[in-house]
Amino acid sequence: MYFFLTRPGHAALIALCLIALAAGCGRRETLVQAGDRAGMLRIGNGAEPAGLDPQVETGEPEHDIMITLFEGLVDPAPKDSSPVPGVAERWDISPDGKVYTFHLRKNARWSNGDPVTARDFLESYHRVLLPALGAQYAYMFYPVTNAQAFNEGKITNYDEVGFKARDAYTFEVTLSSPTPWLLAMMVHNTWYPVPIATILKYGALDDPTNPWTKPGRLVGNGPFLLKEWKINSHILVVRNPLYWGAKDVRLNSIYFDPEENYDTAERMFRSGQLHTDQQAPPSKVAFYRKFKPDLLNDYPLLSTYYYRFNVTKPPLNDKRVRQALAMSIDRRAICDMVARAGEQPIFCLTPPDTAGYTAKAQLKEDPAAARQLLAEAGYPDGKNFPTIEVLFNTGASHKPIAEALQQMWKKNLNINILLRNEEWKVYLDSTEHMDYYIARAGWGADYDDASSFLELSITGGGNNQTGWGNPEYDRLVEVVAHTQDQAARYDAYQKAEAILMDEMPIMPIYIYTRPRLIVPDVKNWAPNPLDIYDYKDVWLEPQK
Amino acid sequence: MFRFVARRLLETIPVMFIIATATFFMMRLAPGGPFDSEKNIPPDIKARMAAHYGLDKPLFQQYLLQMKHLLQGNLGPSFKYPSRTVNEIIADAFPASLELGAEALLVALVLGLAAGLTASLKQNSALDHLPMSLAMIGICVPTFVMGPLLISAFALHLDWFNAAGWFLPRDRVLPALTLGAYYAAYVARLTRGGMLEILHQDYIRTARAKGAGGARVLFKHALRGGILPVVSFLGPAVAGLLTGSFVVETIFGVPGLGRFFVTSAFNRDYFMVMGSVLFYALFVIVLNLVVDVVMVWLDPKLRFE
Repeated sequence: MYFFLTRPGHAALIALCLIALAAGCGRRETLVQAGDRAGMLRIGNGAEPAGLDPQVETGEPEHDIMITLFEGLVDPAPKDSSPVPGVAERWDISPDGKVYTFHLRKNARWSNGDPVTARDFLESYHRVLLPALGAQYAYMFYPVTNAQAFNEGKITNYDEVGFKARDAYTFEVTLSSPTPWLLAMMVHNTWYPVPIATILKYGALDDPTNPWTKPGRLVGNGPFLLKEWKINSHILVVRNPLYWGAKDVRLNSIYFDPEENYDTAERMFRSGQLHTDQQAPPSKVAFYRKFKPDLLNDYPLLSTYYYRFNVTKPPLNDKRVRQALAMSIDRRAICDMVARAGEQPIFCLTPPDTAGYTAKAQLKEDPAAARQLLAEAGYPDGKNFPTIEVLFNTGASHKPIAEALQQMWKKNLNINILLRNEEWKVYLDSTEHMDYYIARAGWGADYDDASSFLELSITGGGNNQTGWGNPEYDRLVEVVAHTQDQAARYDAYQKAEAILMDEMPIMPIYIYTRPRLIVPDVKNWAPNPLDIYDYKDVWLEPQK
Repeated sequence: MFRFVARRLLETIPVMFIIATATFFMMRLAPGGPFDSEKNIPPDIKARMAAHYGLDKPLFQQYLLQMKHLLQGNLGPSFKYPSRTVNEIIADAFPASLELGAEALLVALVLGLAAGLTASLKQNSALDHLPMSLAMIGICVPTFVMGPLLISAFALHLDWFNAAGWFLPRDRVLPALTLGAYYAAYVARLTRGGMLEILHQDYIRTARAKGAGGARVLFKHALRGGILPVVSFLGPAVAGLLTGSFVVETIFGVPGLGRFFVTSAFNRDYFMVMGSVLFYALFVIVLNLVVDVVMVWLDPKLRFE
């Protein structure tokens, strides 16, 4: 024994043999191949879900799992996330656009066998509006009569809220003013029904920490059931035989890997552990596009990357300065040379073709005109331009983008802009308290309608954070756009967006894209701009 | 010995108290809060969420309340993962970190001791220079370079292992090597240094003169003193290994505690930060105590101090 240990060469040799033995020899079946055989889709989910309570959770990684476990009145259509029948098999809208009557299918069941009824929706929506639950997306219910008042605790009688169960299978929603994007909003998980009796079994109805969503406890009404959930390891859902459309669900199970690191997920994809990851690392998108285009599935999202201007601080209180800054950068170069994940330049706030709306007001890149504007504002050739800074948070490509813009502004306007990098929560604190000059920001639509973007800049809105406000803009977005007449509504959006692009409290830069890696074995996976998937239409087919 | 251990254990109480207090106030001094997010939450909803977790109370009252809960062993809920308590998260995540750490420790000891012993016995030969150069590389190459390199070679090209994950026994090999290599390098250098010092002592020459064989001299007489520097290094090293490495866990998708330790601070998940800091602190204290006891056992000189 002693002899053996004094010869480390031998020890190393034996260790290597042991490794080789442990690893087995030759090529083996990958997890993706095994998944194809077993009908198990393996997905890189991008993050550990914070939770699976559809009325509490707000993020994408959570949504991607909850959509398998629950089903709302409407479902997102695979191609474009537009609302199609879910638990409701059809609905009527009153001529004034204020009353929606949903007719529920009679064969919808909870996973414990109970029927899904109008009462379930009534009680679930009551929970969303309970003030103590603190549901972040309760605002989506505010078009409903008295919903806001109830949520803010101004009224306490839920009967006064515009939700009614007319009978077991008829659910009625009454709005205070027409909201044509109501159905589009109802695709969101806040509108899913939840099993009230089960929730009460494990805690209070309005306790966001209620642990009813654990495996073995969670009762759902979606196409899949929660089987396993190990934190930071995996979530496994299996086909729900009681789902009303179970016979059309082709996957047997879905395995969600919560890997957060894009590089790790990409390596897992390459070694055959995942059918698809959440997003390829930006540095590798060009490689896949050139050499393995059949694996890359990239498409624009309803999500804009932009800079906020703090209009309360000079020199940014002068709109000519804001316009000059916005007109003197090269967005195409930012997308292609810096961000590099297939982003598309954008010259207005709302991405093109958002529910059929494309803004006509488009900002022009014109450095000469920008210099002229800056001179008119009192800074000819950048002279006497005060020192201001760009605030951005740590992570992603924010720093190189800010550096590129800094250089473009120096070159085109001859002004010096400083950079200020802050950790995520510090940055959020700074922007919320308007402690910045120019700040990086991003906005993804909650639902497929331009209102999801344009409501951003309403005077005093929580997400405005620029100090900018315009009464005409508010009127267009909050009043005029609430009409059943789509032409009039889109006209209001056009006018509002034109005001925004003239006043320029924000400087749009690009539209995010989702460069997803996906093996061709996955069939009928339809990319869509909200990036939400109804996995029940997907199937797996091993490649020859 | 008993008095020594008892005294050290008693000292733990004020140390933990100071750590808890410092953590509490440092966390609260950091700008931003647990409920800040890219999509701004309406102020009244934020206030309700804060009230739910008792964050609306005066700071000192919150401090007293948290201290009370800590004394009861209740680490509180996680803000980031509301359906889980911090106790549950630590209980779920720690086993993976513990296992990874134990395996990495094994790698560190086996490789490090073998290389260090060889180098000390064959001083200034190729068998000294080669392992010591490798050790230097091991110390210099960070885990975030080592990990992807190993994955690239053994998982993506040779296809012996999965690129990441923590399910099969073979999933342990690459993370344990990556995490262990750095410590192995230290162990090798410390072993070599310690052994060289001991091997030149008079009592070793005496043992040789009395006719003891090479292996007997090495293992019976020299090793015990020679690895003392390694043992003192192992105390904090083992604590670091066992409570998880953020980098290695991220690269290899290991569902361990190391990731929570780091991300909870970014998330301002106050209770999670407190829980993981105290857990880590307790670990370091206990392991340092174990090391001291082992040192006393190994080194008779210390018994008189």
